[in-house]
Amino acid sequence: MITAERKPFEEILGLLEGKEKVLVAGCDTCVAVCLTGGEKEAEILAAELSIKAKEDGRPLDVDHISAIRQCEWEYLDAIAEKVEQYPVVISMACGIGIQSMAEKFTDKLVLPAVNTNMLGMPQEHAVWYERCAACGDCVLGDTGGICPVVRCSKSLMNGPCGGSHDGKCEVTGPNKEEIDCAWQLIHDKLYAQGREDLLLRYTPPKDWSKSSSGGPRKMVKEEAKPV
Amino acid sequence: MTPETLKAGSRLEKILSAGTFCVTGECGPPKSADGSVIVEKAKLLNGYVDAANITDNQTAVVRISSMASGVIAQQNGVEAIMQMTCRDRNRLAMQADILGAVALGIRNILCLTGDHMSFGNHPQAKGVHDIDSVQLIRMYKDMRDEKKFQCGEEMAVEPRLFIGCAENPFGDPFEFRTLRLKKKVLAGADFVQTQCIFNIPKFKQWMEMVRAEGLHQEIKILAGITPIKGAGMARYMKNFVPGMDVPQEIVDRIAGQEKGAPQQEEGKKLAVEMIKELAEIEGVAGVHIMAVEWEPAVPDIVERAGLLPRPTVA
Repeated sequence: MITAERKPFEEILGLLEGKEKVLVAGCDTCVAVCLTGGEKEAEILAAELSIKAKEDGRPLDVDHISAIRQCEWEYLDAIAEKVEQYPVVISMACGIGIQSMAEKFTDKLVLPAVNTNMLGMPQEHAVWYERCAACGDCVLGDTGGICPVVRCSKSLMNGPCGGSHDGKCEVTGPNKEEIDCAWQLIHDKLYAQGREDLLLRYTPPKDWSKSSSGGPRKMVKEEAKPV
Repeated sequence: MTPETLKAGSRLEKILSAGTFCVTGECGPPKSADGSVIVEKAKLLNGYVDAANITDNQTAVVRISSMASGVIAQQNGVEAIMQMTCRDRNRLAMQADILGAVALGIRNILCLTGDHMSFGNHPQAKGVHDIDSVQLIRMYKDMRDEKKFQCGEEMAVEPRLFIGCAENPFGDPFEFRTLRLKKKVLAGADFVQTQCIFNIPKFKQWMEMVRAEGLHQEIKILAGITPIKGAGMARYMKNFVPGMDVPQEIVDRIAGQEKGAPQQEEGKKLAVEMIKELAEIEGVAGVHIMAVEWEPAVPDIVERAGLLPRPTVA
């Protein structure tokens, strides 16, 4: 799933400085599952904004709404009536949802309330780990189902660097927490599967033109297009 | 080897090909535009090492580039082993820079992944990692031997390079370290310099595995040595430097001496003892002395290890 984190409240206030009529728009898909930008979180942000405005003695007409998915036109149609009443929309959807809103409601000022950060999975309750780089050229079949592109800090394709120690990467997370060495995991998995010969196989340079390095990507499913 | 069969014709290649026990050093460029720092370091190393690594933004800290520094070192009598990391350049820049380096007279290259940006002074930088170090070795080998760019296009004049790599016998997974070296050999590496060795029994175990694979016949192995300047450095390397294996008895040995000159002397003694012990190991073709910001110690260590005079080559 796509994960996102809410921006710091101070940053959101900065984005909304001088605005008197604001709609907080949640999205009930990915950002709702990661507890960041669903209907509930949209309601909370609207309440926080309202309280802050009262404290500051500023006028602020703020309300909230949520779309089933901000990234699809039909679900934006469903919230259009409400959106039309506000000149400013602060969206809690991922970057795709925010852009869809901006593209759909061209006369509105659409602002981001979250930072979209990764394609991750909840490994444990309320903790998400990055799992996919959307690189456009999946190698999971050769790496025991563990992605070296996104789970190795240096995106190595031919085994671990010298910084792998006791199963951990030399790089630590933002709070100094340890990160698993992806290549230790790949190594262990391939041995367990009896496919360790893959470890010795040379993997040539990756074709990054299939990733964002090739420019903005587009996907067309010809067979599904209306005739 | 005759000059015709040499791959690059560098001094390093000639010495290793002749089977002479080789000594390489290291020269870290400064964090400013002051090229005289390289000149001074080169003067210190000249005559004591056969070639010196010129580090490439080591520990992800910006410095004079390894290409420019390598040229300065060579102008001052020290053959350069130019380091190239995968962190800062994509495949276009890596190929362009190697063509430029060779055009400027550099003949040895060391292909590295590179320390992660988070360790350096620009932790917000975007890491490139377009290709990895194994792919880098292969790319340079194909440029040299096939006269082909990575994309497959041909070039008129190939970069004649002696291609090196690094390996950490103390990294994990331990048994994969030999396989990774094998991958680098198959990709085209001519020589390897190891991570600094403090745990000799473990290094011997690694060399046994290397010999079992016959890799010592296919690649020249230079054992890494870092002289310890003091107990603080020993503890720091033991606890904070990724991929280092510093046994407690080494830390204790240095810490057992008075701070300052006595600890430095013990560090030099230890380095000399280790060089002599490593030289006895079958398949070790030389030592790579990484005296990090302690280049003045190198001449003394090389002399006391009985490795002078360094050979002259035609």
